[in-house]
Amino acid sequence: MSKVETAMAAPAPQAGASPEYLDWLRRERRSRLSVRGAQLALLLVFLVLWELLPRAQIVNPLFTSYPSALWPTFLDLLKATPQQASILTHTWSTVLATVIGFTAAMIIGTVIAAALWWWQALYRVLDPYLVVANAMPKTAFVPIFYIWLGATLSIYGMSLAISLFVTILMIYNGFQGTDANKIKLAQTFGARKGQILTKVVLPGSVPTLIAALKVNVGLSLVGVVVGEFQSANLGLGYLIQYGSQIFKLNIVMTAITILAIVSSVMYLAISWLEAAVMRRR
Amino acid sequence: MGTGGATGCADSPPPCGEGSGVGLARSGTTATFSPAATPLPSPPPQGGRERAESAAAPRPESAAPPPKVELRDVGLRYFGREGETEALKDISLAIAPGEFVAVIGQSGCGKSTLLSLISGILRPTSGAVLVDGKPVTGPSRKVGYMLQQDYLFEWRSILENTLLGAEIQGLDMGKARERAAALLTRYGLGQFLHHRPRQLSGGMRQRVALARTLVTEPDIVLLDEPFSALDSQTRLALADEVAEILRRERKTAILVTHDIGEAISMAERIVVLSRRPGRVKSDRPIRFATADGTRPAPFAARNRPEFNGYFNTLWQELEVHVEG
Repeated sequence: MSKVETAMAAPAPQAGASPEYLDWLRRERRSRLSVRGAQLALLLVFLVLWELLPRAQIVNPLFTSYPSALWPTFLDLLKATPQQASILTHTWSTVLATVIGFTAAMIIGTVIAAALWWWQALYRVLDPYLVVANAMPKTAFVPIFYIWLGATLSIYGMSLAISLFVTILMIYNGFQGTDANKIKLAQTFGARKGQILTKVVLPGSVPTLIAALKVNVGLSLVGVVVGEFQSANLGLGYLIQYGSQIFKLNIVMTAITILAIVSSVMYLAISWLEAAVMRRR
Repeated sequence: MGTGGATGCADSPPPCGEGSGVGLARSGTTATFSPAATPLPSPPPQGGRERAESAAAPRPESAAPPPKVELRDVGLRYFGREGETEALKDISLAIAPGEFVAVIGQSGCGKSTLLSLISGILRPTSGAVLVDGKPVTGPSRKVGYMLQQDYLFEWRSILENTLLGAEIQGLDMGKARERAAALLTRYGLGQFLHHRPRQLSGGMRQRVALARTLVTEPDIVLLDEPFSALDSQTRLALADEVAEILRRERKTAILVTHDIGEAISMAERIVVLSRRPGRVKSDRPIRFATADGTRPAPFAARNRPEFNGYFNTLWQELEVHVEG
């Protein structure tokens, strides 16, 4: 977050700025800093409570572990053993599956949305099914996917399934929302349907595509982790499942913390992409 | 606008109903006016509408050049679930090459629909639309269309926006690029070629839209209330520029507007459409007596004595169907 914000905020004050303006800048900066400070404080309070409550035996440490236990556990898990891969391998496996999941969802979703835009009749026929498919709890299919697709593919399949329908609906709505007058403008030049798609509808929908990507990253990660609960012997989802089965909450909490870091990093990457694209418009 | 001026014209007779014999046509191409100048008693009796529109159709084939744009008994109906709407009915018009015609009427009278028909993005439900004597079957390179707003694409630079039509029509992009840059420079936008649309003011954006229309080198330019989104000063200034550009390049121009003053000041002929379904209610030349016979620029035309006369007549015509 911080990187994106510092890039956008705080332009150098131009020469000869009035004292009032400089004062305003100072106040702006102060309020930005206090927000940032409050955010950090909240995180700190959370960590302190998490550390102290189990230590004071107010909650059972067996159920929650401690923040201070995470790092040693992490170091412990770093080493690969014959029974257990390194936590880095687990993390990589989850990240890879997530990236494959949301990339596939974006590509397939955009293609299907374009097809629905192209053939309105197709959309009118499929509309209720898409809405129902989107509303379905896709995680109900985890066992079936495992049977159909096997251990590895079922994870990709779940990651795709969980994000595909919402992607189709979002992108299709974006396409439909293209300013009719921009399309008319292209038509006055004699644009064919394909040209309207590539020159008006698609480039005009870039903000929608990025919004869909943002939603997808989170959803794909959910799909991967849920898929890993069921079927994998690799991945953070597997590690969480394994840790809870042998009642080692240290392992579970370490894996969850890494998940939090992974999703933050991916969110940051997309915010950065968004800022880069929007700066060009 | 000239509403205030309209009061001062009671003493000057409307110079419109004099028929085609008056020799006030602008210099050079004398035959550019269609002979459809209707002897129009104002306000016209209801039955007079039929007469006014049928008068536009037959034309002496020998004398005048073949019309650039011709509409023959064109009708258009829109279909919706609630029923059908008749937007245009029995429209017959002939527009000569190089002519600048304004079409006025109240909102919803089918003015814009008329342009969509000529541009080929709509097909008439009855009658025929011809450009250069050939039926219009779809959008053609001969026709350029300027919409109510600029609709510049925010993801393209100014130059790229100007090239949209050339790209779609598959023109030689090297030449189109040169032409676009030259046009933009001529319109005072030379240093903005690589800017984004949002960095430009409304008037500048509409000039980009004009350049975008002209890059594809159409013979006919359709203008659909092209200044309606602009503030009034910009609007007057841009009207002068656009009229000057289109006249100099000898484009056939059809301007749709609900602004009477804009129509009189820019066009050399005004067609009034009735309320829905739009029919041709009157069709008259607009002439200004000048020493050298050239047409005054739009802004100057507003100060001519004839202006108020035309304004009054047209105002009454439009008023008639507010009540009727």
